[in-house]
Amino acid sequence: MTEFLQHVVNGLSLGTIYALIALGYTMVYGVLKLINFAHGDVYMVGAFAGYYIATALDVERSPSLPKAVAVFVGAMAVCGALGWAIERFAYRPLRNRPRLTSLITAIGVSFLLEFGFQLPSLRAQGEAFRGVLEGWGLRLPAPVAGVLAVLPDNFPPGPTPRFFPEPFERVDWTVLGGVHVSNYDVVSLAVAVVFMVALQLIVYRTKFGTAMRAVSYDSRVAGLMGIPVSRIISGTFVLGSVLAAVAALLVAGSRPRIDPIMGLMPGLKAFVAAVFGGIGSVPGAMVGGLVLGFSEEMVAGYTVSSFRDGIAFAMLILVLLLRPEGLFGRVSAEKV
Amino acid sequence: MRPARMVAILAAALGAAACEAKKPGADAAPAAASAAPSADRILVGHIGSMTGSEATFGLSTDNGIKLAIEQWNAKGGINGRQIGLKTYDDQGKPEEAAVAATRLTVNDKVNVLLGEVASSRSLAMAPVADANGVPMITPSSTNPRVTKENGKVRPFVFRVCFIDPFQGTVAAKFARNDLKVSKVAILRDVGNDYSMGLADYFLAKFKELGGTIVDDQSYKAGDQDFKAQLTAIKGKNPEVIYVPGYYTDVALIARQSRELGMRQPLLGGDGWDSSKLFEIGGKAIEGSFYSNHYASDDPSPRIQDFVKAYQKRFGSTPDGLAAMGYDAAMVAFDAMKRASEPAGTSLRDAIAATKDYPGVTGIITIDQNHDASKPAVVVEVKGGTSVYVTTVKP
Repeated sequence: MTEFLQHVVNGLSLGTIYALIALGYTMVYGVLKLINFAHGDVYMVGAFAGYYIATALDVERSPSLPKAVAVFVGAMAVCGALGWAIERFAYRPLRNRPRLTSLITAIGVSFLLEFGFQLPSLRAQGEAFRGVLEGWGLRLPAPVAGVLAVLPDNFPPGPTPRFFPEPFERVDWTVLGGVHVSNYDVVSLAVAVVFMVALQLIVYRTKFGTAMRAVSYDSRVAGLMGIPVSRIISGTFVLGSVLAAVAALLVAGSRPRIDPIMGLMPGLKAFVAAVFGGIGSVPGAMVGGLVLGFSEEMVAGYTVSSFRDGIAFAMLILVLLLRPEGLFGRVSAEKV
Repeated sequence: MRPARMVAILAAALGAAACEAKKPGADAAPAAASAAPSADRILVGHIGSMTGSEATFGLSTDNGIKLAIEQWNAKGGINGRQIGLKTYDDQGKPEEAAVAATRLTVNDKVNVLLGEVASSRSLAMAPVADANGVPMITPSSTNPRVTKENGKVRPFVFRVCFIDPFQGTVAAKFARNDLKVSKVAILRDVGNDYSMGLADYFLAKFKELGGTIVDDQSYKAGDQDFKAQLTAIKGKNPEVIYVPGYYTDVALIARQSRELGMRQPLLGGDGWDSSKLFEIGGKAIEGSFYSNHYASDDPSPRIQDFVKAYQKRFGSTPDGLAAMGYDAAMVAFDAMKRASEPAGTSLRDAIAATKDYPGVTGIITIDQNHDASKPAVVVEVKGGTSVYVTTVKP
């Protein structure tokens, strides 16, 4: 029984992360009918942004609550800006093209982020370039060489994984006769719930949320009604990216290893969660994330653990075969 | 049309610049290791994971090789010829290792290929070495398939370390006889030849010695969450958990197992050997054990001389990978001195004839399978470092 309860706790912890990332997918699909494959990598950038800020604030040696909050807010800001930039430069120019074009661009942005972050640091690249020039017998002009010294030497981070410092002291409790819960689990669950509730309020109780839903029903008519469609779409991307940053920081606190391809798997699984819950539906993404988290944990714990990743994709295939609109999705008829 | 063409030109320029920056950055400038850039230089090629999840493997091995080269060059080189080093980073990816092997053997025309530490990457390099007739010595790959595939010994591939059937036996014997446990759970890396092989050999030997394997779980390298597998293992109550993986994952597994309240010691193999294991694992990995090629606190003079020389040159204590890199390079140079020609088939024959070479990690004799038969040590993680426990002879 304790083993089952422990699996429940673990599954809940996993599920909330998938739910937070899935929300980004679902909202963007709702307004743009685009599956933003780069979203998993926005999550990765959020983790690294948090890592760089935490290192700059020296969280490793002197953790404190204000610093943790600063790391959170900073990473959210960076991801929000990144989401805005991706939409502005990669998707908006293609808005009047066939949907396939944007999809392929999304995959391109995803690879750009993944492999861009695996490049050696800017300073190392600069030094290598200088080495090449010197090999040809040329010299770098003085002002350019001066720039070399100020280039960052830890960005891009390269493929070696980094370890996120612990923002606060870890406390473990044993409850219900053997189930291990830590304060990290509690905090991450609480933060995830707070953000999901906040998102529900934004989507259903604010003017922006109403505009977002209007754009997702019919963007052309919404534009005719006076809604600034481009601004709403940008705002949706920013919102989704902020949630991805939150998810990344919650993960990084308790599973501290971060590397440039850490967003690939969670991104794909969150996409499956969003489809499962009904892509375009906000409560669907939350429920889908939780269900996927639980399923993954139960399958990995009770059957062969190497099916852990496979179960997500098996669920995707099942959902598409049996109920393609997802749990909360509406079957929409297309008038020809 | 015009903006599209501009974009195409920009992309081409970017591509060219990126190619420039990546290639030279990938090879470590052999500043201390090379002397006059004469055409009469002997070139050693090294492929290692300088970045990626096993970054310390490549960096340590490279340092060991550099130390060996510098020591030989200081004594006048091999038959008067200075030795140079060309290192490529495979980022921990087998495809990159194969590409680097082709580049070293075909373009750079190295005399000998050293690498890789990880068996999966050595397996990618071995066919390239064979195809191009360049002898390859892997310093620390322990999977038997690296030198012998389908019953046939690869003609140009050698190793200077023990193999996993032996390493698995060492761990099983240690668990049974020294730790005196009878119930062990295994947590293996399912995508890694080394981990799968070692786990299988351990399993077979442990059962043969009368123990029981209560659970056999798996994970994928790079996973962040092991709690599902660990919770399942916890329910079966093993006395020891055998985790034959690489140090980054092992450190996280140790931490998460302690978070779940599991107190059993972990047992592992030479894939644990890294300073990062202690850094990341912290208190969680204390009291666990692993089998290794050598122990840096071994008082024998040969080892201590090496440790002191390495500390003087690099400022840190050499781990097993550095010692193996050093031995691999030394064996290669010893063979080059004996060979009629320090390249190709005559070098290959000289390496194959290596007998009783006094390496830092033990007496090295290359057998008919191109493997070395050497003892293994078991070390314990104590006080943030590895402490020698016992030696197991083959």
